[in-house]
Amino acid sequence: MSSSKRSTVIVEQLRKQQMLEALSREKRLDGRDFESYRNFEIEVGIIDKASGSAKVKLGNTEVIAGVKVETGEPFEGLENKGALIMSAEVLPTASPHVEPGPPDEDAIELSRVVDRGIRESEMLDLDKLVLIPGKIVYTVFVDCSIINSDGNLLDATSYAVVAALLTSKFPIYEIKDEQVVDTGKTMPPPITTMPISITAVRIGESVLLDPTTEEEACMDARITMTTQSDGNIVAVQKGFTGPFFFNQIVQFSEIARIKGEEMRSKIKELN
Amino acid sequence: MYNLKELALMDENGKRSDGRGMDELRSIKITVGVVKNADGSAYIEFGKNKIIVAVYGPREVHPKHMALPDRCVLRCRYHMSPFSTDTRKNPAPSRREVEISKVMRESLEPSLILSDYPRAVIDVFVEVLQADGGSRCAGINAASVALADAGINMRDLVSACAAGRLSDNIVLDINDLEDKEGDADMPVAYLPNLEQVTLLQLDGKLTTAQFSECLEKAISGCKSVYEIQKEALMKKYFGNEMELKEEA
Repeated sequence: MSSSKRSTVIVEQLRKQQMLEALSREKRLDGRDFESYRNFEIEVGIIDKASGSAKVKLGNTEVIAGVKVETGEPFEGLENKGALIMSAEVLPTASPHVEPGPPDEDAIELSRVVDRGIRESEMLDLDKLVLIPGKIVYTVFVDCSIINSDGNLLDATSYAVVAALLTSKFPIYEIKDEQVVDTGKTMPPPITTMPISITAVRIGESVLLDPTTEEEACMDARITMTTQSDGNIVAVQKGFTGPFFFNQIVQFSEIARIKGEEMRSKIKELN
Repeated sequence: MYNLKELALMDENGKRSDGRGMDELRSIKITVGVVKNADGSAYIEFGKNKIIVAVYGPREVHPKHMALPDRCVLRCRYHMSPFSTDTRKNPAPSRREVEISKVMRESLEPSLILSDYPRAVIDVFVEVLQADGGSRCAGINAASVALADAGINMRDLVSACAAGRLSDNIVLDINDLEDKEGDADMPVAYLPNLEQVTLLQLDGKLTTAQFSECLEKAISGCKSVYEIQKEALMKKYFGNEMELKEEA
């Protein structure tokens, strides 16, 4: 047991050394430069039974997001707003290291950080999703499944959610004799902005966008920043055990804005 | 003209709902060594937050397979007592608590020299007895002091403080009401001597300029908290000497 652990540590350190050596020559192991994203594909409307859906491929990372719209009671303290509920699950298909079971802390962080970007940007105007104020509101579920995991699940999942919501068609519910009735008609969702997250990892002194699993295994620290259409920042999460300097964070906030705009226009094209 | 919401958060003289100015911290009190059985402990009152932290370790890891051959494992549990909030909190750990436990652990780890204790574990238990906005920052402050109290080898203390935005103003140390009604909340943890940021989260809207102003303000808050942490540790370990010096 402990001898196999020891060899794992040695392999880890060799791999990190190799990575640092490449980075010192301004090269990443997959040939990208520090600020470029991997090949990015989106397919929308792949699940007929969902109100909206999207499959995102970011390199080898593959995520599906599906939107389901129902009615229900509003959240406490938010009586006059529709309810938005998000989840993310790393499926056992995603890698040999995933086992079925309740979400671990990485999966919980993943769904909460993606949720934060959508919620804080007020991408969905929840004020418009109320049927009887205080009693019955639209409940929007956005569920994400990680099919294959090769790093940067945060951005891939958040792009899938944005694309699924953007292209969704919400059922129109009405109240008749105090009962909720599905009219069978649909409407476009009340979208106000497009939150886009940008994630980077720091390995030694180098800051790399869109990390692969290999790069994440060598990272000292990770940072995710979400901007909305007007360029304002709506959510940030620093992850992993290493620190950042003040200047690195401020510099990254510029990159997140510029790169975010680039990714935003790519997702807009699909619509 | 002020609308109702803004008026509640800040009056025309720039005073906040609890009477503080824009750059003013809530009152902070830290006591070191409050849990007898623990290897290190601390109690913090941060505004109305009341949090107790106990550190156990370095000690043997259970389950054994979690042990690492080259360094110590750090575990952290952030938990809110059922009576700590306005409506009773279900005692089972929520998703929020799982996330906070994780970011808290990650904010503390850079301060510790874990390679000094291979194959061992350090457990940090953070129990929120009363919550008042900013409990993760308050918890980190107490945890770092408790780790020092436990005699763990450290590079620096970790000091944490939030800053945020109330309409056009960037303010220090967001309280519960400001967290709920305000426009942005950014908790930050900082290594004051190494000048590194170890926790950074944000929810709410900020322009890029506001973002760096907010980060800068939070860091200045961390530096003030650092002085209080140091004082609390000095009081436990050099208490009598300090009194003697004052007398002299």
